[in-house]
Amino acid sequence: MKNNKYSYKAPPNKTAFQAGLRNGIPIGFGYFAVAFSLGVAVRDAGLSWFQGLIASWLCTTSTGEYAVFSLIAAGTTVLEIALVTLIINARYLLMSCAATQRLDPEMPFWHRYLLAFHLTDELFGIAIARHGTLNPYFSYGAFTVAVPGWAVGTALGTVVGSILPPSLTSALSVALYGMFLAVIVPPARQNKVVAGLIVLCFAASYASANLPLVRELSDGMRIILLTVVLSSAAALLFPRKDEEEATTP
Amino acid sequence: MNWIYIAVMAAATYVVRVLPMTLIKKPIRNRFIRSFLYYVPYITLSIMTFPAIVEATQYPVAGALALAIGIVVAWFGADLFKVAVSCCGTVLIAEWVITLLK
Repeated sequence: MKNNKYSYKAPPNKTAFQAGLRNGIPIGFGYFAVAFSLGVAVRDAGLSWFQGLIASWLCTTSTGEYAVFSLIAAGTTVLEIALVTLIINARYLLMSCAATQRLDPEMPFWHRYLLAFHLTDELFGIAIARHGTLNPYFSYGAFTVAVPGWAVGTALGTVVGSILPPSLTSALSVALYGMFLAVIVPPARQNKVVAGLIVLCFAASYASANLPLVRELSDGMRIILLTVVLSSAAALLFPRKDEEEATTP
Repeated sequence: MNWIYIAVMAAATYVVRVLPMTLIKKPIRNRFIRSFLYYVPYITLSIMTFPAIVEATQYPVAGALALAIGIVVAWFGADLFKVAVSCCGTVLIAEWVITLLK
């Protein structure tokens, strides 16, 4: 068992936690800005700010929450909420599968229940961007600053509506995409396959958002379909060698 | 009733996230699946980045500039925080310039 620098048992978990705090800050700001508009949906659904706060803290998923608040506003059933949530959030199934391959098999099992709790696009992304196995304390650090941004932003948005000036909302919402770039670009520098895939993904994503029929699908469905198709193609055409996986992020 | 809706949404969200995490306990040996799961993060995050970044800003040009600057800064090794801040700064400046020119 090689003991990598970021393994869960590598001392000091405190360092990993602090790195997580630092990396969680831009996510927290980005979440805060985006959650404001979600708060408006909470208000339209007739929920209180406290319900918005709890919902956002428990769910941390913008598209899933937005869809459910819209359903509540329109009148809905428990079954409908369950189904819509499962479908919209299905991409987390894939992310969760991918994350398992970066966990140390010797990590105490209970960490998995906590790690899964806030497996968002962004928090998953920054964890994956680390080298070697994931240290759960890195993720806990990131949760600590990022999740309150999301929950408090939702609550404030519910109470006051969109008070942030549009220019600030515009700038802050881009923080989340900036983080995605910080995750996908560095490996592309070392790995031409990843670089080519990113360009292909941009093109495919743009095309699918504009093509007839495909564009009718929800964002969540399009993301899953494209991810499954493109990842399968990449895995068939460019299978990874075992030793590569140990060394590259 | 609203609390029940919230509980159902939270439970359904957690199930999706926790199932693979707790069911897949060991490293997967199959080479295709291993490769598939290696590519998933990069592919799914790429798909979510574009064209969404261009649509998130008030002016698409500002989002496009943020994308370009973000790629360059990340390519030259800036960490997550710096890339995020560069993108935000690019949008702030770009939109300020655009409103001045209008």
